[in-house]
Amino acid sequence: MSEQAVPDGVTPADQIGLAAREAQAAVQPRDAGSWAAKVDRLAVEPRAGVRGTNVAGKRLTGPVQGFGKMWEKSYSLNAGDVMTPQHAIATWKAHFPEFWPKGNRFSGALAGISPGDVALLDLAIGGGVKLSTGVFVLYADEESFTLMTPQGHMFAGWITFSAERAGEATVIRAHVLMRANDPLYELGMTFGGHSKEDRFWAETLTALGTRLGVPDPQVETRSTCVDNRRQWKHAGNIWHNSMLRSVFQTLATPFRRKRDHDRGQA
Amino acid sequence: MGEPAVSMDVRQAGGSVAVVDIKGEVTAACEPVLMSAYEEASSAGAARVLLNFAGLEYMNSGGIGMLVTLLVRAGRQRQQLAACGLSEHYREIFELTRLDEAIAIYADEASALADAVR
Repeated sequence: MSEQAVPDGVTPADQIGLAAREAQAAVQPRDAGSWAAKVDRLAVEPRAGVRGTNVAGKRLTGPVQGFGKMWEKSYSLNAGDVMTPQHAIATWKAHFPEFWPKGNRFSGALAGISPGDVALLDLAIGGGVKLSTGVFVLYADEESFTLMTPQGHMFAGWITFSAERAGEATVIRAHVLMRANDPLYELGMTFGGHSKEDRFWAETLTALGTRLGVPDPQVETRSTCVDNRRQWKHAGNIWHNSMLRSVFQTLATPFRRKRDHDRGQA
Repeated sequence: MGEPAVSMDVRQAGGSVAVVDIKGEVTAACEPVLMSAYEEASSAGAARVLLNFAGLEYMNSGGIGMLVTLLVRAGRQRQQLAACGLSEHYREIFELTRLDEAIAIYADEASALADAVR
């Protein structure tokens, strides 16, 4: 066996490590850059325009961790044959918060939507109370992106926003796979929450369609209960309930302001 | 939606385990292929369905969502769902999405089968 020359400053062990890394890079699948890196708990920094509570330190929750019945919902819009799916998704990613119904705020990273980003949300729930929660960008490529919810969110699950060719047309879709996160949310979803959510995404897609120049955008909604069992072992998720916490945080605001004011004077 | 670039071959692995060898790309588009493979795997009365991802080349978030609906189906039939052959990359995705809390993950088929007979 002949010995190979070793370049100056490079030990054989370094070469072995390099070879291993090159080999690993060579076998990385093409989706590698589209997925977020693994996180155990969410970390967020304060952002202007949103309260930003109930997200830091929370774990992500998928349908497996939720409490309520499991629902699969699809909101789709035929965007015609002019634009490409890539153009539709690029627009949606770049201007995501602008398409939300009035009264709701989405504060994401400045660079748009990228895997691993955490966005902070303030959602209007009535009575002057904003539900403060967030979402995590689980996956993003040129034709789709997926948001995953943290503990305390109304539902545990994923929302995938995608666009694809269906025949000659480009179809834009929001696809939700979810369970209400706890018994209180399940009650709320049963009594009006689902229809409120349907309106939310229909309005969002309509706003997107209008921005993309779709004449008279019509959103088609499909909703299927995939699993009608409730996962009682996850009833304790209510401890993280962001709605209850947001109500307490709203009620406590005047006292917190007074305390801060008194401290400032001391 | 285009044709799914995936194949899913089913074989019985003794005991009451059926193995589904997944090769190619797992996206939402391959749901009919996966459900058909699952039905074939279940038809012989398997108590555990082992998804062998050794040939997995690509998976997007639609593919992960499809696995959740498969999990619900398996739960209805009181079957266990397990996975093996995941690369480090895909194993991390299972952990990130917390699917690993519902789908048992094994390094390879041999260890999955060894655990099944215990």
